[in-house]
Amino acid sequence: MSGTRQVPVAEGLFTWPSDEPRLIGAQCAGCGLVRFPAGSACERCGGTQAAERLLSGRGTLWTFTTQGFRPPSPPYDGAGTAATFEPYALGYVELPGEVMVEARLTEPDPARLAIGQPMRLAIVPYSVSADGTQLMTFAFAPVDGADQAGPATEA
Amino acid sequence: MEAVIIGVGLHPFGRFAGKSAMDMAAGAVRSALGDAGVSWPQVQAGFVGSLEVYNPDAIVGRLGLTGIPLRGVFNGCATAGTAVAMAARAIETGEHDLTIAIGMDKHPRGAFAADPSVAGLPAWYGQTGMYLTTHFFGMKINRYMHDHGISHQTLAKVAAKNFRNASANDKAWRRTPLSEAEILASPVLNYPLRQFMYCGPDEGAAAIVLCRADQAHEYAGRPVRVRACALRSRRIGAFEVQSPSVPVAEHAPSPTVDASREAYEIAGIGPQDVAVAQLQDTDAGSEIIHLAENGLCKDGEQERMIADGETEITGRLPVNTDGGLIGNGEPIGASGLRQIHELVLQLRGAAGARQVAGAPAVGYAHLYGAPGVSAVTILST
Repeated sequence: MSGTRQVPVAEGLFTWPSDEPRLIGAQCAGCGLVRFPAGSACERCGGTQAAERLLSGRGTLWTFTTQGFRPPSPPYDGAGTAATFEPYALGYVELPGEVMVEARLTEPDPARLAIGQPMRLAIVPYSVSADGTQLMTFAFAPVDGADQAGPATEA
Repeated sequence: MEAVIIGVGLHPFGRFAGKSAMDMAAGAVRSALGDAGVSWPQVQAGFVGSLEVYNPDAIVGRLGLTGIPLRGVFNGCATAGTAVAMAARAIETGEHDLTIAIGMDKHPRGAFAADPSVAGLPAWYGQTGMYLTTHFFGMKINRYMHDHGISHQTLAKVAAKNFRNASANDKAWRRTPLSEAEILASPVLNYPLRQFMYCGPDEGAAAIVLCRADQAHEYAGRPVRVRACALRSRRIGAFEVQSPSVPVAEHAPSPTVDASREAYEIAGIGPQDVAVAQLQDTDAGSEIIHLAENGLCKDGEQERMIADGETEITGRLPVNTDGGLIGNGEPIGASGLRQIHELVLQLRGAAGARQVAGAPAVGYAHLYGAPGVSAVTILST
């Protein structure tokens, strides 16, 4: 990656660069609910006092889907056009005892994804700007060796 | 005092180049007034919903500037549920004797697009391709199929049924029947959902006229009773559209379940009494899930019910008899009023080629959309 400039899509979203990146969530000081992103208020009690909490970098896949068409721009700022769009996958990953997070997945093929499989956090480029700068976001990747979970069900 | 529906009007749904949403709505209002035998100056209050039209209440400029209160309403895909509820409530409380609910929209082609800030969400959520409603429905039905044994074939059966029903409805948008094989061969948009399993945003308008039950005999339309209107928002722990995260330690059902239970309780009517239902079918998976969330079956029973044809017009529990959203598309402000229009025709026995046999007495309408809101309306003869 030397020579390629990379910037995160937003500040305060994940710790990076890091060998063990983490999502930056928050824990409500009033009711203890863990949330992501950190935001400004608790969805359960409305409390506005919270402590930053770095979330687990590992979890399990609760559900997933694919994005088969280019999302409307704006707000999507991925590179390319509808003709060059490469489908990606999305899912909710359950971080045990913390929170379930919606994220892109690094594996785009639904046949290689399975509900319940172990996942780990990765920071990946999702777009590139005109000057070559890569825009980075968070995603979850299947944990190596987890393929024995088998393919997704297909009728 | 109970509110009854005495008139319904529907502008066809589809694409109408050069025709404004407000002109479509004015046509729907004139149809509803004609159906009821009412003239515009008799209308005492109105509730008007739209996403694309900033001032839908300006429709009075096409109907007559009588000075009545006309209130704009918006609750996403549940907008029409709010319009009907408020129009009925204004009668129930005694504030007015005769009211109208109006919905209109004219959406551009393709998936809905907006800045995430309109829903209180951060910019990165949209930049990275997550501020969409469609992929949520793919994720919800994928998990539901995993948990409850629903097959891809059943998704196709639901879509095929709604296109088939639309083919018998001259006001529907998608009137060409599609086979299950054709549906299963269409491109995957959001696994496991394919192109022909989704509804699309389009154009259209609808209106309904309501009055006090004890005055219904003064008008031409055959009255249909409004038995319950309920609207609920999402609770903490529910798995809802446009949620960057969901708590793991607590679980709540969809607001559909809450609105449905409340509506049955208000009406004193149970799911076993429902003779015809219009359920939010943003996609084929949503119709399957909403059957259970509205108490019309248990989780997983849909696989057998749909294989046995129970949700067909000829079945035990006909669902989306006019083609639903899949067959009609979704002009957001009008979509739920289309459901009411269809139920009123069915309860009058006036639905023509798609009439449910056996003189249905109870009709059920359900809406669901962003940001996790559901509206249920129960009607009866």
